[in-house]
Amino acid sequence: MKRLLHPPLILGTIVLAGVVVMALLAQRLFPGDPMDMVAVPFTWPGQDETVPLGSDLMGRDLLAGIFHGARVSLLVGASAATIALTIGVTIGAISGFYGGAADAALGRITEFFQTIPAFLLAVILVAIMRPSIGTIILALGISSWTGVARLVRAEFLTLREREFVRASEALGASDLHLITREILPNALTPILASTGILVAQAILSEAGLSFLGLGDPNLISWGSMIGIGRDALRTGWYMSAIPGAAIMLTVVALNFLSDGLHAVLSPRTSLRNA
Amino acid sequence: MIRRLLTHLLRLVFIVLAIAVLNFALLKSLPGDLADVVATESGAASSEQVAELRERFGLGRSVPAQLASYVGGVLRGDLGMSFRFGEPVAQLVLGRLPATITLVGLALPISVLLGMGLGMLSARRPNGLVDAALSLLSTLGYSAPMFWTALMLIVAFGVKQPWFPVGGIRNVTAGYTGLRDLVDVLWHLVLPTATLSIYYVAIYARLYRASLIEQLAEDYIRTARAKGAREGRVMFGHALRNATLPVLTMLGLQSSAVLGGSIVIETVFAWPGLGQLSFEAVRSRDVQLLLGVLLLSGILVVLTNLLVDLLQTRLDPRIRHRSLGASS
Repeated sequence: MKRLLHPPLILGTIVLAGVVVMALLAQRLFPGDPMDMVAVPFTWPGQDETVPLGSDLMGRDLLAGIFHGARVSLLVGASAATIALTIGVTIGAISGFYGGAADAALGRITEFFQTIPAFLLAVILVAIMRPSIGTIILALGISSWTGVARLVRAEFLTLREREFVRASEALGASDLHLITREILPNALTPILASTGILVAQAILSEAGLSFLGLGDPNLISWGSMIGIGRDALRTGWYMSAIPGAAIMLTVVALNFLSDGLHAVLSPRTSLRNA
Repeated sequence: MIRRLLTHLLRLVFIVLAIAVLNFALLKSLPGDLADVVATESGAASSEQVAELRERFGLGRSVPAQLASYVGGVLRGDLGMSFRFGEPVAQLVLGRLPATITLVGLALPISVLLGMGLGMLSARRPNGLVDAALSLLSTLGYSAPMFWTALMLIVAFGVKQPWFPVGGIRNVTAGYTGLRDLVDVLWHLVLPTATLSIYYVAIYARLYRASLIEQLAEDYIRTARAKGAREGRVMFGHALRNATLPVLTMLGLQSSAVLGGSIVIETVFAWPGLGQLSFEAVRSRDVQLLLGVLLLSGILVVLTNLLVDLLQTRLDPRIRHRSLGASS
């Protein structure tokens, strides 16, 4: 238990918990549409106490935007990571467990997805499917699973040959049992540690998409706030600085969490290197 | 060696074919017939262009025949027309290639070299004060969204202290030529390169740190130290070369991410490369152009991996001999 007192792990957990609370309280603390005009445009932070973080060039409350944007970032991050994990674990598990032709074929698919730029693929998918929070989640999930697949495949390759798996096999266990009950639980640690990085990447990518104008037009997101602020970069740089700092803080927290879990749970493999 | 080149060539063919098929599937997945889709999505096609498209996609024929004709066209270098620019897609993407290669080709070596230096500083005393400070800095470096770093650099060094130009590749109105023009382009490169480098220095510092720590724990390092080699010689003469191999592998794997990242950077700095082109394609819903960029990016990534492979072969005699053994 003492190992859990890893400073980055604690710090990351606290910051992330803060962001989750922000997302949960967004509707209660800032009811109404965060895209409505509530203050004089170009109010700098600290100038007007009703809008502590200032207002943007359309007079929207930046603090309300940060709270509501937290919901989008967390939702997209968690959902896209879930999709990526599902695809990656399935493909990696089948590759590593069966080997041979299945491995070769899936290896080709993985290699293909590794070769085309993930962000470009996401941009194309969202542009073709029309931007909405659902299509963004789907596109980011589809374009970011290769690291997990490689990691899971490697874990399965080694665990497959271990004695407890052999024993279970000799007792007549089905493949499904071997994969889900014997091997997967033992591969969970590195997968878990990598999830933080997946969520962080999805949050960064969503911000990038929204910044490029490919966000959900009905929702305010940290990335779209930076995109709006960009138009007033010379006169009101705080409009892009503040949401950017929110993204960075959240992503740092996730990276800390991931590194911490990694250090605490398993010193072996890491997704970032995959 | 020949065998390795052949492997890469096969990969290239596979990737080109696969991207062509993916492109076709994406076009097919859009509602309406292909010609309508491309024409209405772009919103600027004339009726002759629509007819030309119908002809090109062979829309009267079966789906496999359409696929075959599309893939055949791609293999001949025919990527269709861009409606946004009224130019062949192939010509457009190739025209934008040099700017992207300049930017990435400058930023990546800088990042690897700086990352190597910082990684060495960290690995000398893992978990020491220097290492902790550098780890924190690098976490900040790869946690900031790149486009945001770009904007903040613009505010600091383009607006508050107007030292560097904040957009474009050269000063068009000045009409410089020769050396003066080169200096002008380099001047325009400073901020975009700095943005990319901040992110990738952080990544490579982390990679080099991990890789060096692993190498410094090996037996051959103990042997070198036992022989009385100084720390500098141990680091530069022994550990660094071996620690570079996994970092190079990562460089190859990441080349596609670098290209993806250049979309936002080029958009922010109005840098006339592939990234900016794909953004313009998205804005005007020019699907054909987007797919052309995707294809060229795939080819670039395969070629980068080829380059990495050659470099590794030079660095590591074990790979060299394995490949000799395999081809003889």
